[in-house]
Amino acid sequence: MAGISDKRGIERRGRVLTGSAVALVVVLVCTLVFMVCSRGLATFLTDGVPLSSFLGGTTWNPHQNDASGVPLVGALPMIAGSFAVTLLSCALALPFALGASLFVVDVAPNFGRRVFRPMIELLVGIPSVVFGLVGLSIVVPWTRSWAGGTGYGILSSSIVLAFMILPTVTSLATDAIAAVPNSYRDGSYGLGCTRWQTIVHVEVPSAMPGILTAVIMGMTRAFGEALAVQMVIGNAAQLPQGLLTPAATLTSVLTMGMGNEAMGTVYNDVLWSLALVLLAMSLVFILLVHLVGRLGAARNG
Amino acid sequence: MIKSLSRRQLLSLAGAATVVGLGLMGCSSSSDAGTSSSTGSSSSTETSANISGSITAVGSTALQPLVEAAAEQFMTQNPSVQITVQGGGSGQGITQIAQGSVQIGDSDVFAEEKLTDASALAKLADNKVAVVGMGPVVNTNVSVDDLTIAQLKSIFTGAVTNWKDLGGDDADIVVINRASGSGTRATFENAVLGGDTVPASFTPQEQDSSGTVAKMISDTPNSISYLAFTYFSDTLKALSVGGVKPEEGNVETNEWTIWAYEHMYTAVSPDATTQAFIDYMLSDDVQGSLVEQTGYIPVSGMKVARDASGNVTSL
Repeated sequence: MAGISDKRGIERRGRVLTGSAVALVVVLVCTLVFMVCSRGLATFLTDGVPLSSFLGGTTWNPHQNDASGVPLVGALPMIAGSFAVTLLSCALALPFALGASLFVVDVAPNFGRRVFRPMIELLVGIPSVVFGLVGLSIVVPWTRSWAGGTGYGILSSSIVLAFMILPTVTSLATDAIAAVPNSYRDGSYGLGCTRWQTIVHVEVPSAMPGILTAVIMGMTRAFGEALAVQMVIGNAAQLPQGLLTPAATLTSVLTMGMGNEAMGTVYNDVLWSLALVLLAMSLVFILLVHLVGRLGAARNG
Repeated sequence: MIKSLSRRQLLSLAGAATVVGLGLMGCSSSSDAGTSSSTGSSSSTETSANISGSITAVGSTALQPLVEAAAEQFMTQNPSVQITVQGGGSGQGITQIAQGSVQIGDSDVFAEEKLTDASALAKLADNKVAVVGMGPVVNTNVSVDDLTIAQLKSIFTGAVTNWKDLGGDDADIVVINRASGSGTRATFENAVLGGDTVPASFTPQEQDSSGTVAKMISDTPNSISYLAFTYFSDTLKALSVGGVKPEEGNVETNEWTIWAYEHMYTAVSPDATTQAFIDYMLSDDVQGSLVEQTGYIPVSGMKVARDASGNVTSL
């Protein structure tokens, strides 16, 4: 009798402990979202900036007002810059990630497990400021050497970002391809397909939802990365005119401005609005991951 | 089982009580020790008064090393004072002191440039603790050695875009600005633009730290930016302006016009400990040695004074 009630006590304590951990996370997320929303919306509600001139404006200079007295807070250059570096870095990283994944799953599984996995995990642990410094010292001078100009811009930052998201995309893509049942491969081989035919017609199509998830997770990381991008993109708040001219992203403008502007000013408010755009975008990415997962599950039965 | 459990709980309760009790004792004894030691030191040296408490200084990262070094010395002399120095930027410093959440707000610029609310400004007291000189710097491949203020203005408003128009080689000028709102940029633009604004069509690169700008200037051919004197080095070229060299002596006489005060804002009537620390910052202990060691110009050596709207008066 005593033993049972003691066990019940332990059960109850366990439930309270784990439950409160969940409650803490939920409260944290809610307060964070609330804080970013309330500050970010102040631009439109308190400072009277129309949403259209924030999302559609191309002039970023919140210290100045335009002819009608509305602060110049056009965020389109940064939004366009963020999407440009995100898409380009994914396009650069994906072929390498996919190639490496296929190699370690199909060609050299032992090497993949013993050597490649740990190496990729090491890459995850490198701080972004190190990537930024490498970009500043190697990628930017290299771009400048063949393209002229300053070397700072979307191309340089996409190259740096591609390296940063490579581990995420590679390890998730490896998992997705390794999860393809061996019976699929055996069936394909049994029909007389070569390894290449098996990869192209069986493995990659079956693993497609997982590969897409890997890409989206990489995009999430690329979209939110601040420090390394800020060091190599050049931070010129203008609509991207090409891959080789300086541009700016949401994160680079945010990190540069936040410490300098006093709370409650229009500039500070509009920086929070940029953070709100980032938050909304990461929500979209998460929804995409879930959507892809559900479609994949539906297709594979 | 229940009994043993409750005994364990009792034990842990007792343990907790002991810890709390010890902690309280520790607190009271340490505060006793603090008062006695500071009374002891006040009898031996006349500088440290009978003060205790904690101060938090937040703001400018440029000023942070100097305040940290001074705080360390001050805490050695006054063991019962605890000073915490944090960065965050000038805007943070002004915001937090205006909200009253810290005792000192460090800033590279006058609070008038960050706050527009007159009632908030009235609550702040300005303490100018040092002067920092800044000047234009270029990559070592640039052949130009001297520019006038008007020429600098034409570069940084985008009117002139090629070095050949300024007596240099035929190459595009790569302008690297500091982040809008940075103290260094505000100082430079106040001195160079003379009240004009940069046209919206001119969007040069921006960087948010002096260290990165120094690296970019030394790496990027034909580039120009501006830095505090402390960041001058052999890997980049500091220009003279209108024939005046960027040197401490020229800043003190205002012949070199690109300079700014480093401010430590407090409440209008700060508590005794904060006031003592501010006094210490302005004393010869800091002004004579620490300020120069950290690369600033002592405010005591200035032969001119400048107010928030830029009017210069000789002292």
